[in-house]
Amino acid sequence: MIRFEQVAVTYPEASAPTLQDVTFTVPEGELCLVVGTTGAGKSTLLGCINGLVPHFSGGRLSGRVSVDGLDTATHPPRELADVVGVVGQDPLAGFVTDVVEDELAYGMEQLGVPPAVMRTRVEETLDLLGIADLRRRPLRELSGGQQQRVAIGSVLTAHPRVLVLDEPTSALDPTAAEEVLAAVTRLVHDLGVTVVVAEHRLERVAQFADLVAVVEEGRVRVGPPAATLADSPVAPPIVELARLAGWDPPPLSVRDGRRLAQPLRDRLEPRLPRPPSAPPADRRPQPTPLPPVLDARGVGVTYGPTVAVHDVDLTLRCGEVVALMGRNGSGKSSLMWALQGSGPRSHGRVLLRDPARGPDAAPVDPSTLKPAEARGWVGLVPQTPTDLLYLTTVRDECAQADRDAHAPAGTCHDLLETLSVGIDRDAHPRDLSEGQRLALVVAIQLTAAPRVVLLDEPTRGLDYRAKAALSALLRQLADEGRSVMVSTHDVEFVATCADRVVVMAEGEIVADGPTAEVIAASPAFAPQVAKVLAPQAWLTVEQVRAALDEGDR
Amino acid sequence: MGVAASRTTNPILLCLLVTVVGMVVAARRTDAPWAHGFRLYLTFGLVIITFRVVFRMFLEGQYGTHVLFRLPELPLPDAAAGIRIGGPVTLEGLLAAVYDGLRLAALVICVGAANVLADPKRLLRSMPGALYEVGTAITVALSLAPQLVESGRRVTRARRLRGEVGRRTQWFRHIAIPVMTDALDRSLLLAAAMDSRGYGRTVGLSAATRRLTAALVLGGLGGVCVGVYGTLDTTTPRALGLPMLAAGVAAAIGGLALGGRRIRRSRYRPPRWQWPDVAVACCGAVTAVGLGVAASVDPDALNPSVQPLVWPSLPTLPTLAILVGALAAVIAPPPRRSSGSSAA
Repeated sequence: MIRFEQVAVTYPEASAPTLQDVTFTVPEGELCLVVGTTGAGKSTLLGCINGLVPHFSGGRLSGRVSVDGLDTATHPPRELADVVGVVGQDPLAGFVTDVVEDELAYGMEQLGVPPAVMRTRVEETLDLLGIADLRRRPLRELSGGQQQRVAIGSVLTAHPRVLVLDEPTSALDPTAAEEVLAAVTRLVHDLGVTVVVAEHRLERVAQFADLVAVVEEGRVRVGPPAATLADSPVAPPIVELARLAGWDPPPLSVRDGRRLAQPLRDRLEPRLPRPPSAPPADRRPQPTPLPPVLDARGVGVTYGPTVAVHDVDLTLRCGEVVALMGRNGSGKSSLMWALQGSGPRSHGRVLLRDPARGPDAAPVDPSTLKPAEARGWVGLVPQTPTDLLYLTTVRDECAQADRDAHAPAGTCHDLLETLSVGIDRDAHPRDLSEGQRLALVVAIQLTAAPRVVLLDEPTRGLDYRAKAALSALLRQLADEGRSVMVSTHDVEFVATCADRVVVMAEGEIVADGPTAEVIAASPAFAPQVAKVLAPQAWLTVEQVRAALDEGDR
Repeated sequence: MGVAASRTTNPILLCLLVTVVGMVVAARRTDAPWAHGFRLYLTFGLVIITFRVVFRMFLEGQYGTHVLFRLPELPLPDAAAGIRIGGPVTLEGLLAAVYDGLRLAALVICVGAANVLADPKRLLRSMPGALYEVGTAITVALSLAPQLVESGRRVTRARRLRGEVGRRTQWFRHIAIPVMTDALDRSLLLAAAMDSRGYGRTVGLSAATRRLTAALVLGGLGGVCVGVYGTLDTTTPRALGLPMLAAGVAAAIGGLALGGRRIRRSRYRPPRWQWPDVAVACCGAVTAVGLGVAASVDPDALNPSVQPLVWPSLPTLPTLAILVGALAAVIAPPPRRSSGSSAA
């Protein structure tokens, strides 16, 4: 169905080709998963399939890409619209109209499908994706998972033979991601659509894949999932666990994993380190409770008639990493902004205490402070960190941050160096990779030396390596005595970095407790390792590895 | 109705007109975001009247004999003879100002009502096929506006996180640059999405035909503009008026027809022109024509004199004509599909 022959792509002004010597075939009705680190060329590979690369993006493509027998060299994307459907990372950015039904019909209008056929197809697609009740809703009001399904629906109505999805679940909470993936697998199984999907969160999709394409330094390796992932640079936790336990080929689903896991569970049984409620043994065992730095009581945020946050009590302590989880739209961002003091707060109080100043120092309410002072207490890295950047080079941004915070020149620069090595100081911030940009913004916010650091969804679009780096960074911040709170949908990330997990639903806190207790107990939030090794309370591959090493000694 | 409003300064008629328009709006308004603006238009109308009156009081020359009160007069040099600031305020002058303001306000409110009632998207969908590209561009632009507002708000909020507030001089650099780059990124994504969904598929049409269509449509629209100006403005030679208008319309229609032939697109559930729509349009037309006729038959009733002062009469024909407009409230189908053309 999709055939790449000796394909190489070179962008203008690039010293090396982004892709080279790519040859593979995806047969009809298969689900092909594209994996690779950030910047490895996944998006370029996807763009080649419908001709956006090079027709739209520029650059030079040599070799031959053909889809359903049509050569993309002679067929620009618009002529392939009835063969290939593409859904980008941010579905909202790709919507042309503003109502669900019109959006579903838009592609067909372009293709000149007769009105009667359009009606039937719109109805079919609404049912297929389970979005019939949304038909007249404005697109901007939908939740992330709904938007993603509408975006898939809007390309499906043209009846393409191939569907290309770029990180369809990266912004979604676990439940919404499952909805989307269920819809996609249904298309593959029932309708024989060929699907190519790029994804960072392999634990979600690996089990559905028929083929895996690993993009590594511009080269692409395609093969059956288990064998290919076994030695891929990025792999889901279950594959990491398999490498550790020596399972070959590695299992891809929790079910297969459990079948193989009995011997491992037996080996681990005597080494169960701790009652599940205690913090992980390798994290600063502290007999005394940590001193609180931020104390929120009865915090509420309302926007007109909508209640975003309702009566939330929360205490953040020094030296602690707290993960804030919950569905899209459950009030996580509103809570963070309210805690920082810049966002609206309709009820309750937020008090900040500096433990360094002793217990008697008067507490401060961040919303009464000037913005410049508030950020010295609480630093917030917003969901779109680029909003904070406006200068043309990394060097200028750092200098500006020093001036804003009245910090000695070079503070921000040094911070950035510890966070992320090798960022080109003369690069434009927009040209940095997702992870590097995040590091830059974190460095800018840390220049003001805040006691509390809040990060809103920093894990979007980060690969496993970048997430591990971020996790280490958060741990380092906490060890310096700061309090860190990070909102995320990524359970695997939470398992590796958080001491405490707070779960929000409908603006209220529904769970608050040590990581192991909260996420292992929840069916939606349990990480893969926990599912495989249940009922034993292991959360991450690292813990298992440490326990095994300890036992071997 | 807007047309009707411009024909009269009779305050009673104008008040009646605004009431009728308000009633139609109240009865047939939807929940859509654009439907909440009517109050804004009303306020705007009031502001217009106030401005008119205040300016009249202070600036314009007064006439008439019923002096209400005197404002301190500002002596001006002789060079500015004929201009007076302050001085006596007369009832006649004030009334004339109110009437004038009321007329303008009614006009604004009528246009506002049309805006409130009609879905701009639906209007675009009813456009002829050849204007499809323009329509898409406008749709995209319309959805861009809320996006810009949103990203502007986001960036402003984010600025506070860097502790920078109140430095107006650097506003452009701090707010506008992130917003613009954001908008650019978005439009690139949108363009890619539209391209891969088949926007602008060519169906083997010669470039010459395309150019001819464009020339006809643009030339035609230009002609229409000149023609309308010529007809309305009495100072331009007659020759430029109607004939130009006719030629413009003809060229535009020709272009549209030619362009329409090359459309290989189809429409999903195109809005249909049904009898309530026709009836509503007729109500509006009757009002306009009624007042037009009345204006030529009995101009005095429509423009009551302020010098000498008379209580404005309530002429029958125009009143009936305006009340016909109110029918639109009943005829138009209840919301969900709101009427589109009552206030043309």
